[in-house]
Amino acid sequence: MSKSPEDEHPRKAFGWAARDPSGVLSPFRFSRRATGDDDVTFKVLYCGICHSDLHFIKNEWGFSTYPMVPGHEIVGIATEVGSKVKRFKVGDKVGVGCNIGACHSCDNCTKDLESYCPKVILTYSSTYYDGTTNYGGYSDIMVVNERYAVLFPDNLPLDAGAPLLCAGITVYSPLKYYGLSEPGMHLGVVGLGGLGHMAVKFAKAFGLKVTVISTSPSKEKEAIERLGADSFLVSRDQVQMQEAMGTLDGIIDTVSAHHPLLPLISLLKSHGKLVMVGAPEKPLEVPVFPLLVGRKLIAGSATGGMKETQEMVDFAGKHNITADIEVIPMDYVNTAFERLLKADVKYRFVIDIANTLNAA
Amino acid sequence: MAKSAEEEHPQKAVGWAARDPSGVLSPFKFSRRDNGDNDVTIKILYCGIGHTDLHNLKNEWGTSLYPMVPGYEIAGVVTEVGRNVTKFRVGDKVGVGCMIGSCRSCDNCAQDLENYCHKGILTYNSAYYDGSITFGGFSDKVVVDHNYVLRFPDNLPLDAAAPLLCAGITVYSPMKYFGFNEPGKHLGVVGLGGLGHMAVKFGKAFGLKVTVISTSASKEKDALERLGADSFLISHDPDQMQAAMGTLDGIIDTVSAVHPLQPLINLLKTNGKLIMVGAPDKPLELPIFPLLMGRKLVAGSGIGGLKETQEMVDFAGKQNITADIEVIPMDYVNTAMERLAKGDVKYRFVIDVANTLTC
Repeated sequence: MSKSPEDEHPRKAFGWAARDPSGVLSPFRFSRRATGDDDVTFKVLYCGICHSDLHFIKNEWGFSTYPMVPGHEIVGIATEVGSKVKRFKVGDKVGVGCNIGACHSCDNCTKDLESYCPKVILTYSSTYYDGTTNYGGYSDIMVVNERYAVLFPDNLPLDAGAPLLCAGITVYSPLKYYGLSEPGMHLGVVGLGGLGHMAVKFAKAFGLKVTVISTSPSKEKEAIERLGADSFLVSRDQVQMQEAMGTLDGIIDTVSAHHPLLPLISLLKSHGKLVMVGAPEKPLEVPVFPLLVGRKLIAGSATGGMKETQEMVDFAGKHNITADIEVIPMDYVNTAFERLLKADVKYRFVIDIANTLNAA
Repeated sequence: MAKSAEEEHPQKAVGWAARDPSGVLSPFKFSRRDNGDNDVTIKILYCGIGHTDLHNLKNEWGTSLYPMVPGYEIAGVVTEVGRNVTKFRVGDKVGVGCMIGSCRSCDNCAQDLENYCHKGILTYNSAYYDGSITFGGFSDKVVVDHNYVLRFPDNLPLDAAAPLLCAGITVYSPMKYFGFNEPGKHLGVVGLGGLGHMAVKFGKAFGLKVTVISTSASKEKDALERLGADSFLISHDPDQMQAAMGTLDGIIDTVSAVHPLQPLINLLKTNGKLIMVGAPDKPLELPIFPLLMGRKLVAGSGIGGLKETQEMVDFAGKQNITADIEVIPMDYVNTAMERLAKGDVKYRFVIDVANTLTC
């Protein structure tokens, strides 16, 4: 007989959950495990809203489990640490991202690439080692294995720092892995949303020249004046796209809607790299000839390992990089999802959990 | 007034050419330029036949110019050198591959990557610096700028070495660039034809574990026993493909027919690389999710620069690597093209030009 979410664990918890693929969220009582020897427990202060949360609550990828408490850009203050915990103490600023467990013995895990472990455990809509359901960060407390917690530098505001934990690492990791982090290189960023705006910020911090490629001419002023992009291409403007052919060393493509790849491949120099970090549901068409003729490549990347996530947060601390956010109360969350669907946010919603998540 | 092919240049030449997209070849009189200060004149002994010749003959890419003399796996001996040429002497065993010119000033040329120069000049079906159309190796002689000539080591038989100049470099280059030249890695090779069998040979010479992936069960024996592959997967056998999921560090995909990529992507380990060296003429479907989940990539590669081609030929000399060939007389070429279209050759046709080209 499986226990109810409230009885599953010893410690009371409260959050907002979706009950079904309508994706509508509402108050939800559940429970968290006691702090294990390797665990860090923290009071959640803020949680970012990621487009993946939207995909999950509506079961768009087909493997959602309900009731689902989403949220994987979670920040707060440590309230308890287990006896074997080395990196954290009570009062530390802590963050948790997309993953909370893995096998720790495969090739990927031994290379600090837990996110690519075939047995990786997602922060929510998954089961833990003990078979219990995982609930994410739209909730009042989190208990996490130390390995999956990140220490936030003191100088980073927690609300604007929360999106680093998914959006940040999702673009930082491939910029480094694919060698698109050398000063002087020219990077394209497709899509100016949560991921895209973080890519612009990190790329500028790496010393790259950055061109934003977008369907919305209205984003140009912001991209250049506020985010610091060097130029802006409207992807539907054939003349602009033609002129920019063969100018980019790499492109970070954040768009998860179906879109043509050939115009992007054409923007690349020889040996250029198109890195997909958005996940279109259906396959895209890839013309092979241009890849051969220019020795170009199309690659994918998803979040990053924990060591690299900590490195990214530390880098963000040194360079004062945080997300541009709209802070919302918990009960605005369903409206926020409707707006997110229309990309009506500059550029990430962050839920003010501590002040607005009220247990009924 | 354009000159005829025979009168365009001062040196008489003979070859076989296609006149139209039927691709049917027949004897053709034309001419070659005089040997300039930087040139090498080569008496052609052998010329390999590549699938690209077939694509070009039938104008499958829409860029063909007729009359067309194909052939870019040329092996022969030097008969004349220009006064600025120091690397070659009369009598040397030399070869010419897919390229005979480039701009020599762009970033790519400066890095010995002439094959990625936007102004690359192909050995045939291309406009040379002087505007004349280039004619390839299905002919008795060729005059080439010394920068585009390769030297063959003495120990390599010229007929079996000719295919190194296109098939060889086309697989060698990406194997090096993408890191599949280190012992212990596991490489898949899709398609066991001219390119595929060379990839198996180079792969084994690099110390890799090699798995051939093919639609033809009949090729398994040869792949394992003669070419030295470690294992063989039938691509339409779902059980075999399933069992091999996540086992390959990389794949060299030589197939130019349209084919599904997802099963190949699934064979790759995390961080695995699928390298396309065949050129399907229609776009392929690329599922993005698996690339993200495994941090995998799909890349293209086309031949190689001249420096690397020479390095590859020298490596082949040391390792005694040549192609498995079927030598044919010139007048068999149309039949050979028909057989090539059906993949009916183990694994490269080579024309015995010197002994059988008559006009």
